[in-house]
Amino acid sequence: MRGHSFEARAKADGGTELVRLLHERLRDGTPAPGPGSVDVPDLTASGPEGRTARTALALREATAAGRWALLDHPLLALPVSGTPAFLEPDAVVVHPDGSWTVVEIKSFPVIDGAADPGKVGAAARQAAVYVLALEELAARTAGGDAGGGVGSGDDGDSGHGRDGGDSGGGARVRHEILLVCPKDFANVPVAELVDVRKPRATTRRQLARLARVEDIAAALPAGTTFDLRLADDGRTATRPAEELAAAVEAVDAAYAPECLAACELAFHCRARARAEGAVAALGRGLRGELGGLTTVESVLAAALDGTAGGAVGGGPASPGASADAAPDPTVVALRRAAALRSEALALAPFPAPAPAPALAGTEAACR
Amino acid sequence: MSLIATLARMEAVRDGRARPLTTVRHRHLAERPLVFVPLTTAGEAGAPLGALVGTERERPRLLAVPQPRDRDLRSAFLAELAEEMLPYIEGFAEDVTAEERKETDPETGKKVTVEVELCAGAPQLLVPSAAGVAYVRLLGRSMRFRRTAEQDPETPHPAPPRVPLLGRWLTHFGERARVPGSSLLLPVTQLLARHWATGQSTLEDQHLGALLAWTDPPAGLTGAEAALRAELARDAAGQLLHPPAGPATDPAFDNKLLAPATARFDAGLPGAEQEIRELLESQLRPTWEAVWRGVDLLRALPEGERVGERWKRDRWSYTAHRDRVRAGEPPQPRRDDAVTAARKLAARETAQAQLDAQEALDDPLVMAGRRLAGEAFAGEVTDVVMEYTEAKVPRPRPLVTLRTDDSPFLADGVKVHRALPGGKSQSAEFAGHVPGDPGALTVRLTGGMGRGKVPEPGSVPEKGDRVCWTLFEHAPRGGPELPDPDRTPWTHGGPPGEPAAELPDPVTSEDLL
Ligand code: SF4
Repeated sequence: MRGHSFEARAKADGGTELVRLLHERLRDGTPAPGPGSVDVPDLTASGPEGRTARTALALREATAAGRWALLDHPLLALPVSGTPAFLEPDAVVVHPDGSWTVVEIKSFPVIDGAADPGKVGAAARQAAVYVLALEELAARTAGGDAGGGVGSGDDGDSGHGRDGGDSGGGARVRHEILLVCPKDFANVPVAELVDVRKPRATTRRQLARLARVEDIAAALPAGTTFDLRLADDGRTATRPAEELAAAVEAVDAAYAPECLAACELAFHCRARARAEGAVAALGRGLRGELGGLTTVESVLAAALDGTAGGAVGGGPASPGASADAAPDPTVVALRRAAALRSEALALAPFPAPAPAPALAGTEAACR
Repeated sequence: MSLIATLARMEAVRDGRARPLTTVRHRHLAERPLVFVPLTTAGEAGAPLGALVGTERERPRLLAVPQPRDRDLRSAFLAELAEEMLPYIEGFAEDVTAEERKETDPETGKKVTVEVELCAGAPQLLVPSAAGVAYVRLLGRSMRFRRTAEQDPETPHPAPPRVPLLGRWLTHFGERARVPGSSLLLPVTQLLARHWATGQSTLEDQHLGALLAWTDPPAGLTGAEAALRAELARDAAGQLLHPPAGPATDPAFDNKLLAPATARFDAGLPGAEQEIRELLESQLRPTWEAVWRGVDLLRALPEGERVGERWKRDRWSYTAHRDRVRAGEPPQPRRDDAVTAARKLAARETAQAQLDAQEALDDPLVMAGRRLAGEAFAGEVTDVVMEYTEAKVPRPRPLVTLRTDDSPFLADGVKVHRALPGGKSQSAEFAGHVPGDPGALTVRLTGGMGRGKVPEPGSVPEKGDRVCWTLFEHAPRGGPELPDPDRTPWTHGGPPGEPAAELPDPVTSEDLL
């Protein structure tokens, strides 16, 4: 559909248009790229390893060439939990000074100069991962055969430096990515530089914290596999669904509602989290609010037990009526919340739509 | 989320259905709202595909764009939309009441009282979800700068006559929707989620079908079961039983049903347009019903006491825009100047503070949240001692002691407020805790007792009364006045100068809207 056609449109005329948009945004006083001044290296190769190697080579050559180059759908590898993950940005531009810019092309519109902040944030997070992968690559290929022009007149408003200190001695990855979107209601591309230092730092921290795949695998029952046992057509899974589900069950999951927008296993993990009564299934924030209470049942038990006890004691300050010796502050707050809630519901000018049997009793006890 | 709302969600999980978050309805619901359920084209961010629109539940009007890439078909859609919406929107313009308002006389600079018109009612537009509100804004933005053939005979693709006017109104609705507590344009998901807590997360609550499933589960199913069905269940042909509330469509619908029908339409096959209309209706109708079902549920709640006061502000807002249109003012600019933007922000902040206060005063369950947060306290009066100021004409300053289970954040002299019957409020100052009696505290009344030496009857609480004091004001006002636009400081770009006439958007061969 037009999502693709917009990307094709933005990359039209051999990438000159895209590089022109980027140059225009940089406002660094360098001459604008003219026709024929943008190289578009061929990146085809077989297999992901072949394609990443081809991308790395093309990047190195383009950096050394001291010209503009557009890498269309390069393939990058980023180690995640000790295993390479392959990433495919929409494009990477190599500047004549040897620096690299990630280009992200999206189909959501920029209207009167403003776009949906949620979508821009998501694009920035996505591009930050590409920036990290490129930084890895730059550090690895740091052979000193490139980057002669680093720091020439282009540190105007993009204000980059060798941030992170890990870009090695060669190429430099800019921390501002180019976001390209349709302008207003037309299919005309408009571009904006987006600083991704924050999402980059977040992702870097998260990647560093991830457990290594080998360690996770070591904790699983021997022989656990997610193999679908594809038939010869390479598409039909022959493995029984229950068997596969059991294998998935064996791995711990930290489900939160955010998973729904991001992970294909979300409905599976949600069902499991709900079956366990996990409070995190109701929202990531709740975990912090509820301290050590991690299940719905334990929260309700703590809260409602207190309403009965608290009413006898006459106040929140005396939940000592229950068995607890030193009341946990979360539990005290929960009991107070439950008492206030049932008191207010009892005052309601109409019967609450769905009177809950368990609460009805405590309302009477409260006031 | 307050701990009380969190508990409500847990109760919902336990009971298998939504639990109340409020005891009254906190938003105005019109007797005759205009419901608008739009659909857009996949991959064409914003291109309209179809809509159901109307004020009558049994007879929605179906609008369809059989080929969204065709500018003329999109234009026809917008023309029909204007035909359906404008008579409703304009239908409230004539019935007016007289109101007095203080204005600054431009010649003398003095405040004078003038009589102005206030529309007795106002239109209310309901859409399924927040994405629908965003789409109303987008439609407004896309339509308001268009030119009709009458305005500009040279314009390449003239807009149908009333389309730019609808654009201005939809822009107004979209702007108003950003004011907390306003009710001119409301998403039903937000309305339901304000009043009930489901046993799922706020993210999942954005799905109208799932939200309704929890709020009003069908017999024999729990909210969770019904919500799962609303999210995932498909028929034998792979189509969702509950199509998404839009404006985005389900990819399976786009690929399997719509795309072939569109291809038949493009090939000029007879009956293809009718087929597309039926397909769109099949996607729109369930959402249309869901919106009205939501309206039913909300109507069953009694309206909060101060809801009418906020609706009156919406009526002011409607009246003011009516006047701007009548005065021939140009459409709202693409970007606000610095002073207008600052003014809008300040107005929204004030509206938020007022909404927070009013919801708490109207609803013991909302007040419970403020009490839990230490921002209010309630209890029984245990003692009242009359005292007076030492001025020449002594004024009553009675000391009221009450016992409360709440733990308000009070320091000496902190102002507290209490609602009096008739909508007024009474102020007092915290005078101290009672030594040796935990939970007992004293406040000194400072107002709300009338002008005389003796407090008006009923204005001082008596022993045994239950009272509720808040640490927040009941009618918070906005911050300092902002300068006139022609005195905008240079830090904010300086005076905006004469507003340049906004040009229509350029026409390109691949426009979406
Ligand atoms: S849904 Fe996906 S991301 Fe979330 S816990 Fe499950 S596997 Fe992990």
